[in-house]
Amino acid sequence: MLQEGKKALWKEYQKEIADDRYFYVRSCVRQNFFPASETTFLRILTEELGKSVYEHPHHTSCSGVGYHSDVIPFETTMTMVARQFALMTESGFMNFVPSCITSFGLYTEVLETWHHFPEVEARIRETLRKATGREFEKPANLAHASDIIYKLRNEIADRAKYKLVNHNTGQPLRGVEHIGCHYAKMFPHKGVGGAEYPYVLVGMIESWGGEVVDYPERRHCCGFGFRQYLVKANRGYSVASSKKKFESMAPYKPDFILTNCPGCPYFLDRWQYAIAEMEGTTYGEDGMGIPVLTYEELAGLVLGYDPWDLGLQVHQVSVEPLLDKMGIPYNSSKKYLGKNGKFLGVPFKPAAIKVC
Amino acid sequence: MSRLFEKLQKDVRLQEGLKSCINCGTCTAICPAAEFYDYDPRVIAEKVQSKNDTVIEDLLKSETIWYCGECMSCKTRCPRGNTPGLIIMALRSLSQDLGYFIESEKGRQQLFVKRTVGDWLLNHGYCLYLEGMGTDLFPEQGPIWDWWQENYRDVMDRMGANYQGEGPGILRKIPDETMAEVRKIFDMTGATERFEKIEELSMQKSKELNIEMTQELHNDYMHHVFTHNSHE
Repeated sequence: MLQEGKKALWKEYQKEIADDRYFYVRSCVRQNFFPASETTFLRILTEELGKSVYEHPHHTSCSGVGYHSDVIPFETTMTMVARQFALMTESGFMNFVPSCITSFGLYTEVLETWHHFPEVEARIRETLRKATGREFEKPANLAHASDIIYKLRNEIADRAKYKLVNHNTGQPLRGVEHIGCHYAKMFPHKGVGGAEYPYVLVGMIESWGGEVVDYPERRHCCGFGFRQYLVKANRGYSVASSKKKFESMAPYKPDFILTNCPGCPYFLDRWQYAIAEMEGTTYGEDGMGIPVLTYEELAGLVLGYDPWDLGLQVHQVSVEPLLDKMGIPYNSSKKYLGKNGKFLGVPFKPAAIKVC
Repeated sequence: MSRLFEKLQKDVRLQEGLKSCINCGTCTAICPAAEFYDYDPRVIAEKVQSKNDTVIEDLLKSETIWYCGECMSCKTRCPRGNTPGLIIMALRSLSQDLGYFIESEKGRQQLFVKRTVGDWLLNHGYCLYLEGMGTDLFPEQGPIWDWWQENYRDVMDRMGANYQGEGPGILRKIPDETMAEVRKIFDMTGATERFEKIEELSMQKSKELNIEMTQELHNDYMHHVFTHNSHE
């Protein structure tokens, strides 16, 4: 194909991502399970790259997990979303950046709904006004936090202290990426690369020196399924989906799994442990698991941040094999220290899966 | 037009999710739930499209509508722009509005979802609540989570959180005036009504099944809906 034609086609798979002045809304899953990823996102944007980011102390959950487990009505969710937009408007921002893929999908769904059903938007505006006295403008730009890191990936690469390269062999490290269903399956034109060629994580891996491994179940769901995981009686659905992915990727011997959605690193990390306990199967090297990272954690490693500042010690699957391959030094004796150096004890080491 | 289809049609998600299904089965081919359960989103679309009251009522009382994981993979692949996942969301909403959810084992699980995710959102402003998610309910989190739960304030400090603190930051305390706004939104938009219906009908069902249900999170009926799986 001619390069001009290829570029013209690829343009259709791009999205506009704001350059600065971000209104940041947090993720329920990420705050509870990978809090340091949000800390790292803000550190990279504000301290490293000089961007302006504002977080309103009065913002709440978008209600997405409740909405997709069907306990929260759509009318409630739309009004909760409208309230978040009102906080953005009152703060003088226009570029809305959710830290969560479920939220990103939900904000997109609400905006699309209002586009197709203006009478619904008018009703929600009225409800919000009566309930809270607030008014809102819709965001000029809606981008997921990973879109921002994707946009800034080359600036991060310029500041890289470590590359996604095996420091012993000089070969690129091999990563599998998982973008999360609600990033682009619902509204393909809202994701970088759309649903067919999602590029948001691939772009990061390539810019930072690594190689992306394709595998058959690359686009399969991690298995959250909302109520399918929340309720114990349904969790077979969840673990079966993750297992399908592990079985499919393992033959390609990936060095790491990179994730986009807050829930996906949780499931791809924790289900590796559970499958080891249930069946004795492990998917990494020498009885270990395959390290699972958020994109902020990976960006932080590339920038040379301390692995324990990035929160890598709270993964159930150990990440040290990846640190060793990248040549990143770490102090194991500081792994389980609190903020002021207080030793918090060492987590129990399971027999079924090898951990560091 | 049937009474139940008319009710469904009032939900914009049904209008967006079901245009004209040609029953090709592409959605079923891509569906993670169809791999795991005896579940076929193609059939869901066909049944709703029939506009037959009896068929739709059976669906609203069935286990089937609770199998979908709402990953929305079907949205991408449907050659006619339908979204069975959205049809499911409309069905689940109506099933709860009409009280039919209590007729199915999977539907009755909504009590657990309400008492955790729903109440956490209403009481704390977050869908997930650190102190409520121990390995007693979520054992697959492994020993790392036990360690975290034992040391959560220190761990949260180490990760740069503002746990239960004032101002912005990770897991900050949501201010009282904000929670008052959330409660008002719940009252005005149907969430409070749905919560009350789930509680009331669950209490009735617990008595019918002779399994004790109390206001506490941990009780026999909650444990039953959380763990019982008849594989039907």
